[in-house]
Amino acid sequence: MISDELVRDEASLKRFLRTLSPVDQVGVESRAASLATRSIKNASKNFAIDLAIRMVDLTTLEGADTPGKVRAICNKAVRPDPTDPTVPHVGAVCVYNDMAAIARQHLDSIGGQDVPVAAVSTAFPSGRASQEVKIRDTQDALDAGASEIDMVIDRGAFLAGRYGEVFDEIALIKSLCGEKAHLKVIFETGELVTYDNVRKVSYLAMLAGADFIKTSTGKVAPAATPPVVLVMLEAVRDFHMMTGKRIGVKPAGGIRTTKDAIKQLVLVNEIAGEEWLTPSLFRIGASALLNDLLMQRMKMRDGHYSSGNYVTLD
Amino acid sequence: MTKFEYSPAPESTAIVDIKSEYGLFINGKFVAPQGGKIFLTINPATEKALAKIGYASDSDVDKAVTAATEAFKKTWSKTSATERGKYLYRIARILQERAREFSVLESMDNGKPIKESRDVDIPLAAAHFFYHAGWADKLDFAGLGANPKPHGVVGQIIPWNFPLLMLAWKVAPALATGNTVVLKPAETTSLTALLFAEVCQQAGLPAGVVNIITGDGATGAYLVNHPGIQKIAFTGSTEVGKGIARALSGTNKALTLELGGKGANIVYDDAAIDEAVEGIVSGIFFNQGHVCCAGSRLLLQENIAEEVTEKLKRRMALIRVGDPLDKNTDLGAINSKAQLEKIQELTASGDVEGAERWSPECALPGVGFWFKPTIFSGVTQAHRIAREEIFGPVLSIITFRTPQEAIEKANNTPFGLSAGIWTDKGSKILWSAQRLKAGVIWANTFNKFDPASPFGGYKESGWGREGGRHGLAAYVKVAK
Amino acid sequence: MTRIDVLKSYKLFINGAFPRGESGRVYEVRDSQGKFLANPCQASRKDLREAVLAARTAQSGWVNSTAYLRGQILYRAAEMMQGRMSEFVDALVANEGKTSKAANDEVTEAIDTWVWYAGWCDKISTIAGSTNQVSGPYYNFTIPEAVGVVTIFADSKFTLLSLVSSIGAVISTGNSCIVIAAEKAPLTAITLAEVLGTSDLPAGVVNILTGKSAELVSWVGSHMDIDAVDVSGLSKKSEAEVRLAGADNLKRVHRFAEIKSPARILSFVESKTVWHPIGV
Repeated sequence: MISDELVRDEASLKRFLRTLSPVDQVGVESRAASLATRSIKNASKNFAIDLAIRMVDLTTLEGADTPGKVRAICNKAVRPDPTDPTVPHVGAVCVYNDMAAIARQHLDSIGGQDVPVAAVSTAFPSGRASQEVKIRDTQDALDAGASEIDMVIDRGAFLAGRYGEVFDEIALIKSLCGEKAHLKVIFETGELVTYDNVRKVSYLAMLAGADFIKTSTGKVAPAATPPVVLVMLEAVRDFHMMTGKRIGVKPAGGIRTTKDAIKQLVLVNEIAGEEWLTPSLFRIGASALLNDLLMQRMKMRDGHYSSGNYVTLD
Repeated sequence: MTKFEYSPAPESTAIVDIKSEYGLFINGKFVAPQGGKIFLTINPATEKALAKIGYASDSDVDKAVTAATEAFKKTWSKTSATERGKYLYRIARILQERAREFSVLESMDNGKPIKESRDVDIPLAAAHFFYHAGWADKLDFAGLGANPKPHGVVGQIIPWNFPLLMLAWKVAPALATGNTVVLKPAETTSLTALLFAEVCQQAGLPAGVVNIITGDGATGAYLVNHPGIQKIAFTGSTEVGKGIARALSGTNKALTLELGGKGANIVYDDAAIDEAVEGIVSGIFFNQGHVCCAGSRLLLQENIAEEVTEKLKRRMALIRVGDPLDKNTDLGAINSKAQLEKIQELTASGDVEGAERWSPECALPGVGFWFKPTIFSGVTQAHRIAREEIFGPVLSIITFRTPQEAIEKANNTPFGLSAGIWTDKGSKILWSAQRLKAGVIWANTFNKFDPASPFGGYKESGWGREGGRHGLAAYVKVAK
Repeated sequence: MTRIDVLKSYKLFINGAFPRGESGRVYEVRDSQGKFLANPCQASRKDLREAVLAARTAQSGWVNSTAYLRGQILYRAAEMMQGRMSEFVDALVANEGKTSKAANDEVTEAIDTWVWYAGWCDKISTIAGSTNQVSGPYYNFTIPEAVGVVTIFADSKFTLLSLVSSIGAVISTGNSCIVIAAEKAPLTAITLAEVLGTSDLPAGVVNILTGKSAELVSWVGSHMDIDAVDVSGLSKKSEAEVRLAGADNLKRVHRFAEIKSPARILSFVESKTVWHPIGV
């Protein structure tokens, strides 16, 4: 059971993390591969596509981002397919913190009040900055109207075994978020490498107050591979059994096609359970994915394959 | 649709062309059985007849043995080892080319899920031919003894649980070592063997090298006792295997047996629990539990028994039972009414003897032979369900306190085919593996098969090995 | 005045001790000239039962000892036999009417056979084992393991040599055994037991019974705690009897013609294949 004792200090945290069951790489990869053979057709595919659209955190995280680019993705987020009003809006728009205010204002001005703005934080993507900078980074985003904070952990501290530091930093950012914003904690699993680390860091983040645990920044490969997501889904499932709390999961990076997205939904369905099949507990960080979902949606509707000319480029 | 459900995703049956009636494959041709006796093969998921199958009479078996004898003398023993290997390579390739057709046919005739016939049975069958093809001209280097020679004509009797795969396990090494074959598939699953006969024709295999006779236990018994056969290879029940051993006790016929099991799957408290749960599931629910090496006894360390059982139940609730041809089906049909009744009888004994039965909620189709994935907890060594092979999707859960106790309980059976070990501690894996009396030990995995990996049992689980270098020994004679 | 020789009582060898037969029965053995030699025990089914029990108990310790140790113990048997060589030569000459040259040859060959099998102990898994290249991220290996308790019906062609060869092969891998000595030549077998009794071989690993093999065939065949049988010393008819009864627990039954042969070792091992994933 989870108690405050566990997180009293770094030594207790380490002891707790050591009690977690190990992950067997071959076993978890073969489980993920076997779930990837699920065949999703017809009505279930229609349902899955719309659900996936609602889960997309439509993202632009480039040095070249401009207000124009951000406004464009906001438009796309609210009305992914301008020709078809039955297409739902996406889960959120995800931007750097200096773009958060622009995104918020634009969304509000086009009827996207219920589309949240997520801002990446704590010296995204590397996490290499002083705590003062990370606090300021987060505060800026909150002040700009972000209601979701996607922070990165200090992977260096984690790999060096300074779990207490990682924990405290997450707890600190969580306290800044307060009731105003949801906290997503990005692990950059491609840098943590092993599934054992993914499991450990998942618990570390959940104990420290994460509302969501997120695989990657999108800047490092491999990112949201099915087995990594599977391990994180097991963690939220088991954490719920221990505490009664449901933590969300956000794979990000590398999910580009409808097929990829549906595989993720199958994982959610079979590992964490159908309670997690909602945008409040599962998001997919992506940019190109949305257009593929839209094209597949058209194919399902029209009975023939669509073309890139019929989906908007933003 | 208001929630995420999987719509039916049935594999098309258009790819298979099932004839209304099949003859016997003797001397390279399909021939009608003498006397014209036939029997029906049915789809266990629908109870509908798929085809009429010729019933081989004694004189048909005689003809098949004669064809195999002639082929051995006149062609096969004169074919160079390298050329023999090339025939096997051809067969492997044709099996790959026609894999979808074989998969669909196997699932229709056997009842196993298409994802298993497609991803396991058929690819492994092809791999078996490919692997053994390479051995044909390397037998002198196999360490089997000096100058290994084929027996001549081998009689092979295979079970219904992996019809084509068991055929491959038998036919590939027999041909690679230079023997000719008379093979009898199981009564309820003849179709892929008969389709394999077509593959032999396409491969241009000389007539009589492989002969396939269909029939029942009596046909098999006649084949076993046939004086023209030099070696028998049998896969099936321990009871029948012992009968064959008795029947051949006064003869010089070589005999290998792959028989039953009651595999212990041991989960220690330091195991990777989630992967262990997967291993437990694949250990007993793979192929409806119609697996001689199934992990049918789950030995759980008592301090994690509750946690693992809960996770297992949660996992079992996700098992999709139903149409074998649906690509999302995890558990297909029980192969026959007789087998279903046997499972029902044994599980009823578990209830009577006081074990606690649990199955997830799942709707079973109205026709066909079905059994829900089932676990029994509170099982002790004294229960029938802990001792007898159920050969169905039924798991008996037994607890233990120490590694020593786990090994004692695991070995406390006349069987010795397989065992599983789940622990993250390397030294404990080797310690356990050393002590388990079983021919195949899966550590941190289960139910994995490969043509390069010898398979076979200790004690009453059989004689000899199949697969790998060790499996070749069954098909050659050397001085000793 | 001629001295009266002290004659040896020939008893059974069970669990490292030399008990008389449970039934109290003996049978007379004469030399090739028909002169009385000894009254060895005629072992009963109950003696067999005791021997199987001893063999089963001893086997787990024996198989878990290192192959190096087993090799040294087999080699020790050769040393002990070398030291008592003349006794064996005399026994073969007296009991079986062999010429002293033939007897001498057989004893030296028997000693060398111990040495040969001693050397196999820590090499058999190199020869009979394998790592198998399976298609997937798994390490997969096969090792030979002792089958368990083996009963040997000793061949009467070369009484001593066959005995050493069959025992040496069987115990080299960690099996224990019950030897039913050739009915007409039990004395060399018991003398060999005395050698083994004073070597470092743990009690129960080798047990030697004398008597009428015909009387024991069906009991050996049907005993459910015997894993395998070397029937080299039996007629084809008796072999069939062992096979028939032995089918009840699927005993591994083998017959050999060659004296020094790895096949004698490999016939009494089981192959165990172990799979393990390769990952981090």
